[in-house]
Amino acid sequence: MRIARLDSETDFEGWRGHARALLCDGVPPEGVTWQVGAAQDSLFAILDAPAPPRDPAYRPRVSKRFLADAKLALCHRDATRFDLLYRLIHRLQDTPDLLSNALDDDVIRLNAMIKAVSRDRHKMRAFVRFRAVKGVADTFVAWFEPEHRIVEENAPFFVRRFANMNWSILTPERSAHYNRAALHFGPGTSQAEAPDGDALEDLWRAYYGAIFNPARLKVKAMSAEMPKKYWKNLPEADLIAPLIADAQKAEAGMVAAAPTSPKHLADYAFAEPTLRPGDTLAALRREAAGCALCDHACHATQTVFGEGPLDARLMVVGEQPGDREDIEGRPFIGPAGALFEAALAEAGLSRDDLYLTNAVKHFRFTPKGKTRLHQSPKIGHIDQCRWWLKAERTLIKPRVTLAMGATAIRALAGRAIPVGEARDTGFDCFDGRAGLATLHPASILRQADETVAATMRETLVADLKRARMMAMQDQSLSGQNTPSPDRPHWNHALQPSS
Amino acid sequence: MPALDRLEKLKILADAAKYDASCSSSGSTTRDSRGGKGVGSSEGMGICHSYAPDGRCISLLKVLMTNYCMFDCRFCVNRISSNVQRARFTPDELATLTIDFYKRNYIEGLFLSSGIIRSPDYTMEQLVETARILRHREDFRGYIHLKTIPDADPDLLREAGILADRVSINVELPTRAGLAQFAPEKDEKRIRAAMATTRAQIDGWKEERRTIRSAPIFAPAGQSTQMILGADGASDAQVLRSSADLYGSYRLKRVYYSAFSPIPDASKDLPLQRPPLMREHRVYQADWLWRFYGFGLDDLDMAMEGGMLPLDIDPKLSWALRRRDLFPVNVNRAAKEQLLRIPGLGETSVRKILSARRHARLRLDDIGKLCRNLRKIRPFIETSDWRPTNLLDRAGLRADLAPKPQQLALAL
Repeated sequence: MRIARLDSETDFEGWRGHARALLCDGVPPEGVTWQVGAAQDSLFAILDAPAPPRDPAYRPRVSKRFLADAKLALCHRDATRFDLLYRLIHRLQDTPDLLSNALDDDVIRLNAMIKAVSRDRHKMRAFVRFRAVKGVADTFVAWFEPEHRIVEENAPFFVRRFANMNWSILTPERSAHYNRAALHFGPGTSQAEAPDGDALEDLWRAYYGAIFNPARLKVKAMSAEMPKKYWKNLPEADLIAPLIADAQKAEAGMVAAAPTSPKHLADYAFAEPTLRPGDTLAALRREAAGCALCDHACHATQTVFGEGPLDARLMVVGEQPGDREDIEGRPFIGPAGALFEAALAEAGLSRDDLYLTNAVKHFRFTPKGKTRLHQSPKIGHIDQCRWWLKAERTLIKPRVTLAMGATAIRALAGRAIPVGEARDTGFDCFDGRAGLATLHPASILRQADETVAATMRETLVADLKRARMMAMQDQSLSGQNTPSPDRPHWNHALQPSS
Repeated sequence: MPALDRLEKLKILADAAKYDASCSSSGSTTRDSRGGKGVGSSEGMGICHSYAPDGRCISLLKVLMTNYCMFDCRFCVNRISSNVQRARFTPDELATLTIDFYKRNYIEGLFLSSGIIRSPDYTMEQLVETARILRHREDFRGYIHLKTIPDADPDLLREAGILADRVSINVELPTRAGLAQFAPEKDEKRIRAAMATTRAQIDGWKEERRTIRSAPIFAPAGQSTQMILGADGASDAQVLRSSADLYGSYRLKRVYYSAFSPIPDASKDLPLQRPPLMREHRVYQADWLWRFYGFGLDDLDMAMEGGMLPLDIDPKLSWALRRRDLFPVNVNRAAKEQLLRIPGLGETSVRKILSARRHARLRLDDIGKLCRNLRKIRPFIETSDWRPTNLLDRAGLRADLAPKPQQLALAL
């Protein structure tokens, strides 16, 4: 039997040195006895200091994680922890992944010890209560009774938190002192050495009493997180019993008390859109901000209205705002917007040259965790939101309209036309103006095949160029922009109602 | 009227703040007071310094700047039409109180909110000024949570985000109609616009930090909100849909739920009854399923009956009883996502099962060691020595698994 002697109950370096030597010597877990403090008489060979290894080439191996675990477990009050840790480190030499086996009895015990010590350490950080030392500036002393031997392990936390304060934490077995420069440890003390009060404690107790809601009494939940063993050193704990005793009375009082009548009620109604002659784009935008015509308006952040000069000759219509557009309130500023802007530049256009808007003005999505998945608008949404598109077109009077993607085509044409067909032949918008069609930039982003995506992008640029030419040509051909008489009028809805 | 002293003000303004459930001090940047002039640290995990007999954690000094308010939200004790006593702290008083408490290790920091006085900008300025004093004059490195006021100047909101660890704005009620009825001055759209601005600012600093290391950090612990349950007629389905929208749209760290509890001087528009604490608990559980267990809106719908979560059993069990076709799940073979769907198995147990099954084929006894309540899990799993043959098809399974009605626990 070998005896390994440690300097103190939490002598981690000593334990580690002994464990290394014992492993090198091939000592089995049952062949060692651990002792703390001065040597006692014994029939066995006493190993005061680790002996040099018999086989200098042998290096016991152990993971960093185990060493961290062992350091914590060593703070546990269980007297068998040294044996357990040595048995584990011994077994780890042959089974390096032993710690991941949550069904192994030694691992279960180790985990339980670590959990108990971590919890105690956390509770000490929570429940230490400093009291100011009278007459000495910024100097505080706390009395605390931890369950395990955690003072040394935990003191650096208090240094980090209270680096510019003088403080001491006194406990029955160990004390920690810090003077704004260095941390040192001393023996345990009695409670009498700590101050017996602090003027601030009345305020703290007042706060504790006021923040408590008597209508939600949950004593078990409180006691689970703040076990009674800690109460004796918490200044607020005196209040617990009276607060509970009064709680039911206070709650019953509030329920029974006659309610008071509200002093005033404000009317609240959702605005129906109304466009009057002479309304400006700004007025329209303001009105649209309050739109709640369709069911997904209530899920989106805001109405994303179109933007661009009032005298724009070219109107470009997309599908609906996306995540970024919904957050910032402007059309085409997300990833598809970046692609669109680059394509515009290639076509010799900039955002300032055109009026840019969407067929549907609210973002439609399904939430998924911390993201949102785009959902295409339904036909009902497109039809409902056409009201705003009509209003925009009435004010802008674009000579040429470019619809990007199927939703925009549907909104402008009033019926579904395949994108390819609409692109080849063009289409008539609901107000009789000429409509061109192209791909939606987002569909290019979604295309996985890079060659296909590049071709699609070229198509978009070509269509933008065509739209630009037509818009300019149209202007040179006719200075006016009345729709040709043989096309149907769709904009009756915007005439002042009689 | 004589001026109120610090203790009286604290009583009034803490009492006024207690209906805000949030008290978290987690998830911010790691920092401490070494090398500075003041006190304070933040190391990821927050600390609850005390617990009140309502079971709620006390981590922060949670107070209002003032409980004077121009608004008339029916559910709120501070509404303009309420007859409660009013008080007001100055930014300087609040900063000093925070430091006094912090140095005695009572708190992790400050959670400051306020009634709306004079104007949104004025109110916001007072909150920001308190944070300025704490951060600049006191070099305070603990946790600060600021409520943001809708319609306040964007520059002030930006400064708030730079000074604070977390910012929040409460939606209060899950539906627009509820808000219109009970909080006529609050506008759901403006609240959401404020959340969108905050998200854009958080996105912005993350983007900026990739190139400029010294760019100021904006609300590193993110933003959160609170919804009151049981004040209006909203169903659990509406509440959860609303939360899902908020999580997805503004990447909220948390949505807090607060069972509407009777307040002193209550409005007659609202139910004067005991707070629906069990409902609150079930909604939190469903919220967890959404955030950590891969449950979608369809799954949550499946857990509900008539838009409400059952009170006697938890939402995951309720879902599983309706989706018995997906069970039993073989614990030795199933993917993590499937294990997480087993009623009674939490994230920790699932992690343990995943690592333990690399060492041996798991038996029923082993599962008993790895989780808390084997009886509840047994009908839904398959192990090397167990199949729940008829158990899973039984009509009475729900009754077997629902907890037996208990006598109410007596107070202490």
